Amino acid sequence: MDVILFLIFALIAVVCAINVVVQTHPISSALSLVGVMGSLAILYLLLGAEFIAAAQVIVYAGAIMVLFVFVIMLLNAGAETKKGRSYLIPGAPLLVVFLGLTAYYVQRLFPANTMVTFGGFTKGGPREIGEALFTTYLLPFEVTSVLILVAIVGAIVLARKEIE
Amino acid sequence: MELLDSFIVISLIKAAVIFGVLMTTLAYLQWVERKVIAHVQVRPGPYRVGPHGLLQPLADVIKLITKEDLVPPYVNKLPYLAAPFLAITMALLSISVIPFGPEITVGPVKTFMQMTDLNIGVLFILAASSMGVYGIALAGWASNNKYSLIGGLRSSAQMISYELPMSLAIAAPLLISNTLSLRNLVEAQSGSILNWNILGGGQIVSFIIFIIAAFAETNRVPFDLPEAENELVAGFHTEYSSMKFASFFMAEYANMITVSAMATLLFLGGWKAPWSAEYGSSLVPAAIFGIAAAVLFYHGANAHRKRDKLTFPAFGAIFVVIAAIFLLPMVQGWLLPLFWFSAKTGGILFLFMWIRATLPRFRYDQLMGFTWKFLFPVAMLNLLVTAFLVAWFAK
Repeated sequence: MDVILFLIFALIAVVCAINVVVQTHPISSALSLVGVMGSLAILYLLLGAEFIAAAQVIVYAGAIMVLFVFVIMLLNAGAETKKGRSYLIPGAPLLVVFLGLTAYYVQRLFPANTMVTFGGFTKGGPREIGEALFTTYLLPFEVTSVLILVAIVGAIVLARKEIE
Repeated sequence: MELLDSFIVISLIKAAVIFGVLMTTLAYLQWVERKVIAHVQVRPGPYRVGPHGLLQPLADVIKLITKEDLVPPYVNKLPYLAAPFLAITMALLSISVIPFGPEITVGPVKTFMQMTDLNIGVLFILAASSMGVYGIALAGWASNNKYSLIGGLRSSAQMISYELPMSLAIAAPLLISNTLSLRNLVEAQSGSILNWNILGGGQIVSFIIFIIAAFAETNRVPFDLPEAENELVAGFHTEYSSMKFASFFMAEYANMITVSAMATLLFLGGWKAPWSAEYGSSLVPAAIFGIAAAVLFYHGANAHRKRDKLTFPAFGAIFVVIAAIFLLPMVQGWLLPLFWFSAKTGGILFLFMWIRATLPRFRYDQLMGFTWKFLFPVAMLNLLVTAFLVAWFAK
């Protein structure tokens, strides 16, 4: 059952991811990206990480992608003009080779017994994540916060109208 | 295998019951709303279809189903068709984690009055509601109509903005109850009205912020700018007809029910009575229906119109029966929690309608200024103070 669900949603994620690139209209691409986020959330859920799955949907699919879609709608971006698909002739085999090599080395580097099994990930609750953020990963967490603050200030400075 | 079977069967029955009750409530909520607004404005409201317009929802459903299902030629087909589906799915999805009452025993089966109890119930509802934005945004964009587009844009901007104070307002009672499961949240508030988060937890500010943000999240007056009819025709659903229009309509009312139920669970003690049964809280529903019956009998005896002599006592008799049912010990276990839950949720729904009949619409810049410059800082401050107090008393 777990394996079937995994295969279904992994397939959806991959198809949506390809669709992000293939689609010519920005809205369709953005919506495919939402599909990727949604299927990823379900994969997290299959592993047993309920909180991370919910956070994935709320933050990525629900907030960031809505902003993407909003901006695309606001700018009313039209569809791209189609170019030839000649790049596929060298590109597709190269991509397959690259993915195959990556999969092979991941298999070699990480032995199977250290991997998480379905439903076996128990440390993903809000309590564990909060503790990890404020002890082990305190410095990266704070640095990221400052970085985001700088980005917000920068956006406001750039967008502000000069007052004479 | 037997466990699995019974789990599936129970879940299916629960889903059917909740779906049936919810759909009826959705239809009648609209009737109630028209009646409430009508009476606020001193007019009778729907009156022709059935006694006091009681069959109006049925007539509306028939009208909506039999209308021509028009798809304009200039729309973007796929998103246009997916949008109403998305809106109604996400609206109905969040109902599945809302608990209506405690654990009950039906024959050999013990079960919770809830579809499923998630550890992250609160987050699940937030996630479902944030995905619901896509329904409206896509509907506005795919219609290829400037009014729809502006409606969709307004709605997505508004929903993103008000989600922040709403989440902060939700976080404060979660800190106090120290759980994300809606069932445990209610259990933490058991006792009397003084244990509810709104009073015992001192979360009155969070409650007010939550209610204001809930109005904006559900696109209701005074924040119904996405469908401001004097500027935007009908906003994001201008190009929709028949059942596709009805889906948006139902999604709006389902969202209203969800946020009202959320407010009840987070702040008002869920299905708990305001005071314990030792002091007679179990007699309240029976007393309310009894008084209603007495009033009806009195007016039936002194009726002005001929038919009221018959209808008033008839309804009075029905109310007496309901009052008697509330006094039966074998049903009190599940009926009383359900009564309190419905009463609280219904009270907040009434507030929605009351405000719709009373307040005018915001201007768009006021709407945005209000949330970013006032609501968000206040919610932030409130969360900080709550967090400090929780840490202080936890020692």
